[in-house]
Amino acid sequence: MSAVTPPISLRASGGLRRRRLVNKLMEGVGWTSALLAVAVLFVVIVSVAVRAWPALSWDFFTKPPALFGQPGGGISSAIVGSLLIVAIATAIALPIGILIAIYLTEFAPRSVARPIQLVLDVLNGLPTIITGIFVFGVVVIDHGQSAYAAGFALSIVMLPLVARAAQETLLLVPSALREGSLALGVSRWRSVVGVILPTTFGGVLTGAILAVARAAGETAPLLFTCSIFNPAVSTDVTHALPNIPVLIFTYSEQPDQALHEQAWGAALVLMMFVLVSSLLAKALLARSRRKLGR
Amino acid sequence: MSAVPTDYSLRSSRRRLGDRIGDVALRGTTLIAALAAVALLGAIVWKVLALAWPSITHYGLSFVTGETWDPVKKVFGALPFIYGTAMSSLIALVIATPLAIAIALWLSELAPGGVRGVVGSLVEMLAAIPSVVLGLWGILVLGPFLANHLEPWLHDKLGFIPLFGEPSPTGTGLFTAGLILTIMVVPIIASICRELFLQVPDELEEGALALGATRWEMVRGVILPSTRTGIAAAIILGLGRALGEAIAVTQVIGGGTMISSNLFAPIDTLASKIAASYQGAGSGLETASLLYLAAILLVIGLLTNLAAQVIVRVFDPLKGAH
Amino acid sequence: MMTDDVTIPVDVAPVEIAQERRTPSPTQRKVVFDIRDLAVTYGPTTAISGVDLEIYGNLITAFIGPSGCGKSTFIRSLNRMNDLVPGAKVDGRVLYHGQDIYGDGVDPVEVRRRIGMVFQRANPFPKSIYDNVAWGPRVLGMKKALDERVEKALTRAALWDEVKDRLKKSALSLSGGQQQRLCIARAIAIEPEVLLLDEPASALDPIATAAIEELMHDLKDQYTIVIVTHNMQQAARVADMTAFFSLQVEEGKRTGILVEYENTDKLFTNPADKRTEDYVTGRFG
Repeated sequence: MSAVTPPISLRASGGLRRRRLVNKLMEGVGWTSALLAVAVLFVVIVSVAVRAWPALSWDFFTKPPALFGQPGGGISSAIVGSLLIVAIATAIALPIGILIAIYLTEFAPRSVARPIQLVLDVLNGLPTIITGIFVFGVVVIDHGQSAYAAGFALSIVMLPLVARAAQETLLLVPSALREGSLALGVSRWRSVVGVILPTTFGGVLTGAILAVARAAGETAPLLFTCSIFNPAVSTDVTHALPNIPVLIFTYSEQPDQALHEQAWGAALVLMMFVLVSSLLAKALLARSRRKLGR
Repeated sequence: MSAVPTDYSLRSSRRRLGDRIGDVALRGTTLIAALAAVALLGAIVWKVLALAWPSITHYGLSFVTGETWDPVKKVFGALPFIYGTAMSSLIALVIATPLAIAIALWLSELAPGGVRGVVGSLVEMLAAIPSVVLGLWGILVLGPFLANHLEPWLHDKLGFIPLFGEPSPTGTGLFTAGLILTIMVVPIIASICRELFLQVPDELEEGALALGATRWEMVRGVILPSTRTGIAAAIILGLGRALGEAIAVTQVIGGGTMISSNLFAPIDTLASKIAASYQGAGSGLETASLLYLAAILLVIGLLTNLAAQVIVRVFDPLKGAH
Repeated sequence: MMTDDVTIPVDVAPVEIAQERRTPSPTQRKVVFDIRDLAVTYGPTTAISGVDLEIYGNLITAFIGPSGCGKSTFIRSLNRMNDLVPGAKVDGRVLYHGQDIYGDGVDPVEVRRRIGMVFQRANPFPKSIYDNVAWGPRVLGMKKALDERVEKALTRAALWDEVKDRLKKSALSLSGGQQQRLCIARAIAIEPEVLLLDEPASALDPIATAAIEELMHDLKDQYTIVIVTHNMQQAARVADMTAFFSLQVEEGKRTGILVEYENTDKLFTNPADKRTEDYVTGRFG
């Protein structure tokens, strides 16, 4: 071994020290940004929860809104209305979305699948108030506001979400399973309905929950289709039903403290529903991915 | 021509007739569903344009440049709302883009394993908060805070720039709307960008680091350039969301028809004007004009969406890299 | 410096490229890396342990062994690329010109600048050919006479003639072998002292492989070259010194260990260790 080695430095010096500093700075920006996003989420959740707290009571969930000028009252009619509207929307969007996904993954040639995919993506990005105006034009002008018109509007919001989720899970189905079933001489439709669809149940369910969560909070499509004030609890879907998003929206525009309190309460209910369903969907997704070995 | 001996025929026998019908039926139904989605988009475009048609023929394109919206004098023009839409989206994108990219980089490159998943989920939850809830928070919490603290401070320090004029008394205005839109847009851009950054092959990142680059130099030299079109598409998708958001903006933007250089002044966007005036429209012409606003919004919305989709589908700098 | 007659082991194909093997005597050796009791662990698994060896300047040193024996882990610990693997931990010392590259105050970025690396899969950046080579110098602030620097690096990597007319074209348009030589050009553009090559030809066809081997031979005057290869013939063709890594299984745990480190000719023709002999004669692996 030679005794003399040239002295070299592996330490940061000069230029490198400056570059290191820039690197540290940018890492700091990354940390700060991530922290900021989390902080905003917490501030929103906490400030909604704190303000909603006084409104929450048994009556709040079981009583319809009080008549104008009277104290008390709750949001039971709006909860019922929202549930019905979202149920109608799901009943429309879920089957059609799954059918679209089956067509795109099992039948459509690439040249056909791509434009349809594009249409779905464009539908997904369409301002939802436009959806509301569309349903206003095709249903409400002639038949008046109703829960089913609102459900139809929300189904348009949900459709691309459901279709995309179903499509993604269908693509996860191992081609071995698909081919294996066809190789046994099983006809196409039996293999799709009997073998492929059942394996995608978890993924489709996840997509459906996410779409429901999204639709439940949508307000703009309801303004034109289901926003006539009607405090009573009703399940008549041929009429406008009170619902949570519109209730929050109209109350928030009023200068009345009591109504604000109710709006906060309703906002907490809505937000918790949406966040819990999103988390549930995520957990389900993780589970079904594990099952498919991914 | 020789006849195929029936014994060896590979054609379906009668027994399989049910299967053949099933195949055709499944293919047919799914095709109809797919075509229905296409028809739906067509119907939306057609219906909204048809609803707006009376005012489109009444005003022509001068509606777009009309600066006045006065239901009393029955003069209607879209310019204030186009301005409001453009400015509120611009504020949102200017703040959200660097923030979202930084979050995405943090999530994909920097975050310690333990918190990465949690923070990623939290950012996604931010996107899940219903806009009406965010609007409620904006009008009752964020607005007053801005009116009492941030806006006076900005006016004091930067008042010489006309953008930072008199603070609004209640905290409703263009600036508040821009911030609320920022909150909505950040998670959208961030989650798309995170996926993009994760797709950059590890080999490229290692290649850069092995040349003696710092992590930031690797990000700037390799990750950002190789995902730039995806980032552009993500920003445009965020823009589409900001342009079209009606409810939360209606709640916090204050409602006005005057174009002002002051960011703190109230105004309306296309979407918020429609949402705010849906019930109170007095005359047929006012309703028709609101629908014209909707038609403009539809066209802008379609264009931004198409642009984003086309960018994603056509350009990809990583094309060919493994 | 002396030149031995090349003795080709039985199982090694005749080598076409001109080969000049160096076996400097102990007094002439210039120690570049002095590795002492090196161990690398990933969480609960030990990838390599107890590695002791010296790597000498201006020679090509090859590391061979069965897959999974920790060759890649070893070479990646010479320029601190293992730092990037979550959970990786390095014990022991890697002295580079007498300085521990894992020592206090040592900046891994500086280490990697001085000790360049070329990877198994060619990984050119999605940039132009020119920018691929120029990127490193730009980042490191070597901006003077950049064009000359790029040309020199490409020339040294034996790629200049093939690409000089299309420097602005995307690097991804090159063939696999060209991409790998571009990566070598990219590495030498920042003037490192050592080149670490991690199975640089494993994804290439024989002609491209021969080009890379010839290139290595040309480069050893200026650089200390360390190469990991799963291909014994390749080691026999290019390396002056060869080290054989193997797997030791103890209590169900597999650990990579250094078995033998010798002049290439000796290792292939007259190995001291039975395990080496089994491996180079094809009885194992």
